Amino acid sequence: MTSLQLKLTRKDPLSPRITRFRFEHPRAAELPAFSGGAHVMVEMRDGERLHRNAYSLISDPSDRTGYEIAVQREDGGRGGSRFMHGQTRIGMVMNIGLPVNLFALDLTARKHLLIAGGVGVTPFLAQIPQLARLGAAYELHYAVRRREELAALPLLPAGAAVHVHVGAEGRRLDLAALLAAQPLGTHLYVCASERMIRAARETALAQGWPQEAVHSEQFLAPAPGEPFEVHCAASDRTLSVGAEQSLLEALEAAGIETPWLCRGGACGQCETAVLACDGSIEHRDHWLEPAERASRIMPCVSRFRGRLLTIDR
Amino acid sequence: MTMTFNSETFRGDYSYRNSPAAIRRFPFPFDRDSYMYSVNMEPHRGGPAGSVFERRFDVDEHYIAEMEDRAITLSRDPGRCQSLPHMTLAGWDLLELIMRSKAEDYPELFELHRDGDRWHWTNRPLGIEDSFTFLDDATLPCGPMEYITRQTQGDFALLDQRDGNLWMDAGMVTSQADWSLDFDIGMNFFEWHAPVPRAAEMGIFQRALKFLLNIGQDNPARRLNWTMTVNPRLDTSPETYPEWGPEKRMLTRGNVGERQFLRVELQSFWRLPRSNALAFPIRCYLCSLQDLATVPKWGRRLHRVIRDLPEDLAAYKGFAVNRRLIVDYLAGFDDGLPTSPGIFPD
Amino acid sequence: MTTVPPSPAIASRPRHAPLVPRPCGAALMVADQAGAAALLTLAGAAPGIMSRTTVLLCAAGGMAGAIRAQNPARLVQIASTAELPAALDAALRDARMGLHMFLAGSEGLIGQARAIAMAAGLPAGAIQSEHRGTMARRMQCVHCKTIAEEVATDPYDCPGCGRALFVRDHFSRRIGAFQGVCVDAETPGERPRPVEIRA
Repeated sequence: MTSLQLKLTRKDPLSPRITRFRFEHPRAAELPAFSGGAHVMVEMRDGERLHRNAYSLISDPSDRTGYEIAVQREDGGRGGSRFMHGQTRIGMVMNIGLPVNLFALDLTARKHLLIAGGVGVTPFLAQIPQLARLGAAYELHYAVRRREELAALPLLPAGAAVHVHVGAEGRRLDLAALLAAQPLGTHLYVCASERMIRAARETALAQGWPQEAVHSEQFLAPAPGEPFEVHCAASDRTLSVGAEQSLLEALEAAGIETPWLCRGGACGQCETAVLACDGSIEHRDHWLEPAERASRIMPCVSRFRGRLLTIDR
Repeated sequence: MTMTFNSETFRGDYSYRNSPAAIRRFPFPFDRDSYMYSVNMEPHRGGPAGSVFERRFDVDEHYIAEMEDRAITLSRDPGRCQSLPHMTLAGWDLLELIMRSKAEDYPELFELHRDGDRWHWTNRPLGIEDSFTFLDDATLPCGPMEYITRQTQGDFALLDQRDGNLWMDAGMVTSQADWSLDFDIGMNFFEWHAPVPRAAEMGIFQRALKFLLNIGQDNPARRLNWTMTVNPRLDTSPETYPEWGPEKRMLTRGNVGERQFLRVELQSFWRLPRSNALAFPIRCYLCSLQDLATVPKWGRRLHRVIRDLPEDLAAYKGFAVNRRLIVDYLAGFDDGLPTSPGIFPD
Repeated sequence: MTTVPPSPAIASRPRHAPLVPRPCGAALMVADQAGAAALLTLAGAAPGIMSRTTVLLCAAGGMAGAIRAQNPARLVQIASTAELPAALDAALRDARMGLHMFLAGSEGLIGQARAIAMAAGLPAGAIQSEHRGTMARRMQCVHCKTIAEEVATDPYDCPGCGRALFVRDHFSRRIGAFQGVCVDAETPGERPRPVEIRA
C-alpha cells in the first residue's frame, strides 16, 4: 500500500468543530487523480501512538495540485481528530495513502439524490463538481441541527443544486415525500449518522426502492473497548490488545503482516480466520456474512471478550 | 533499443511469423506438467528483462501488423468496439494510462507532451501526430477508448465497478477467443463467465471478483490464460465463425506443427482513477506448435498438458476435434525426461 | 405450471420464480395469455395492490375479463410483442422510483419487457419474472444480429441470414434474447435434426 509524503499547506476552521486541511506535494508535483467519494488514510504520529484515520477527499477531482479533507473534532473518540485539530502545523509533512473509493457514484443513474447529515457532506463536495462536469442531474440535501454547522456551504460551487435543512429552525428533511417524488433511475446516496442512514434506507426500501439504488457510507472508527488477549497461531505469538488499540493495530505493532485497505470494516481485505474462540467476538464490521461470523473476524474494527482468541496470522 | 516490425497477415495467406527472439520470449503459460483453473494472479510490476512481463503494455515485432488487422476487422464490423454512454470517462482514464506508460517505457517509439489539458501525442511506428484537449470528446476523431486502443496491441474491456460487481460496459475486442462483445456488453462478472465449464463450482469466480474489486491505483495485477487456434488468426469471434470454423477441420499429420497455434492471453487489471472503473487488457500471443517445440522443456510439457486435459476443458478451449493430431505430434518431442518448474525456458 | 430452469443453469440464464408481493409505491404488470393467471395469484396475495397497478396484457384473449374484474388502476391491451416498446415507454414515461414491475408469460415476453424497462432506468432489483407457458425462446443470431421471436426448435433457421443456428443458454438481459450460433460452420451442410426446445 503506497502512500504519499505530503505537506500541510492550509488549515482553516469551517465551523466550530470542523476544520479544513489542504495537502500539497513538497516539490509541487501533480497528485494522482481520484474519483469523487474517494477517501485517503491519514497517518498521525502522536508520541508513541500511531493513528490512521480515513477522510473523504473534499477537493475538486480536477485540482491536481492538492488534496483537501475536512475533519470534525470528536472529543470522545480515540484521539485522531483531536490530533488533527490540535497537533498539526502548517509545513508538516504527513503520510497520506493513495485515494481509494468505496462510495463511488453509480454512473448509470439518471439522477443522483445526495443526502448529507452534518460532516457526512464531505464525499459529496468532491462528487458535485464531477457531476456538474458530466452534466448529470443531481440534488444535495444538507441536514444539520444548527445553522452554524453548515461548514460546507461556502465550499460548494456556484450554481450547485443544494437544499439546506436546519433542524433547530424547524426545517427538517421530509424523507418520505422527497423519495416518493424521484423519477425512475434515481440513485440515493446517504452519508450521515448511523441513525439517519438507517432511517433513509428503511424509508426507501418500504417505498419499493431496490437495494442497488441505495448507497450509504459511514466510516466505522474502531471504537475503544476492553483489552483482550489474542494468540496468533501462524506466528506462534500471543499479543495483548489495548483498550484504545484495534486488533489490526496490535498485529501491526507486533510486526505481523496483515493486509488492509479501508481500516473501517467495509472492504474485506483484513478478513482473518478464527481458529479458536474461548469467549465471544464483537463483530463491528459491514463485511462478513452472518454464516461467516463463527469462523472469521475483521481485525480493523472488531473486538473480543473472554479468555483467549486464536487467529490464523 | 531498436525494434523492427513485421509485415505480415493474420488472415488470407497467414504470413505471420515469429522471429527466434519472439519465440524465446513467448509467454508459455504452463508452470507444471498439468493444468487446472486457479486464480493465478500476481502483481503486474515488471519482469525479467526482455520478457513480455517487463513493460506495462508490451510492444513487439507484430505491433504494426496487429493494428492493421484490427482496422480491417473494425471496418467489417464496427460492433467490435462499443462503449455504453456512462463509460466515456473510463475511456479517458485508459487513454491517459496507456499514453503515459508507453511514452515512459518506449521513448524512441512514443512521445507525450502535456501542457495543462492540452496534450500532444506522437506514435512513430504508426506515423500518428495528434493534439487534443484531455477530457474534451470533441477534440478527438473518435471516443478516447477507441482512439487509443486502435494504437495498442490486445483487446480491452472496461469494467464499471458498482453494486459489488464488475460490469463489462465498454470494449475493443478484435482478437477474442470466441466470445461476442456485442452480446456480452452490459453483463456482470458472473454472467459473462457463464459459458466457462466447471469454474463456477470451484468458487473461482467469487474469489477472483473479490480480489479485483479491491485492486487500487498502485497495484495492477496480471495472469495468463490460454486456448488453441488453427492458423495465426486474431479474429476468432463468434460473428465470423463461418469463416474460421472450417479451417479447424483442415489439419493433417503433415501440417499440424505449422498450423496449430497455442494462443496465450496476458491479462492485466488496472484501477482507473477518475471513473473508478477497472481496465482489463487481454493481450494475445500466438506461437505454432513446431516453433514451441524448439524449446525442449516446452515440447515435453505441452505434450503432457494436452494429453491429460479433461475432455470438457478441451472442448471449451476449442481444440477437442484436433486433440488426437496434436497429442500425436507433440509426443515426438516428449522423451519422458523431467521438466523444471516455472514457465521460462531452461 | 411454473417451469424450473435446467440444472445446472448457467449464470447468465435468467432465473424466474413465482411472483411475490413486495413493498412498492406503484406496480406495472405485464403478461400474455399464459401469464395472466400468475397476475391473478399475485393480486390475491397482495390485497390493495391493484388499485395502484397498470396492467399491460399482450394477446391475452379471454383472460382480459378476469384481469379487468380485479379493478386495476389502468388496463392496456396490445395484440403482439411488436407493440411492447411503445406501450411500455408510455407506461414508464412519468414513473417514479418505488415502481415495481411484475412479468409473467413466455421467455420472449419477459426478456423483451425487462430489457425495455431497464433501458428506461428501472433497476434490475425492481423487476420480477415468472415463466408461464411455452418454452420457445427469443433468439439473436450472432452473425447477422437478427432477432427471432418464439423459436421452438434447436437448431433453427435464422430469418435474417438463413444459417442454421444452434440455441445456446447464454442470455443477454440488455438485448433480452439467447444467442444463436452457426451449427455447421466446421462441417457445412451437416446439421443435426431439429429437436423441440423443452427447457
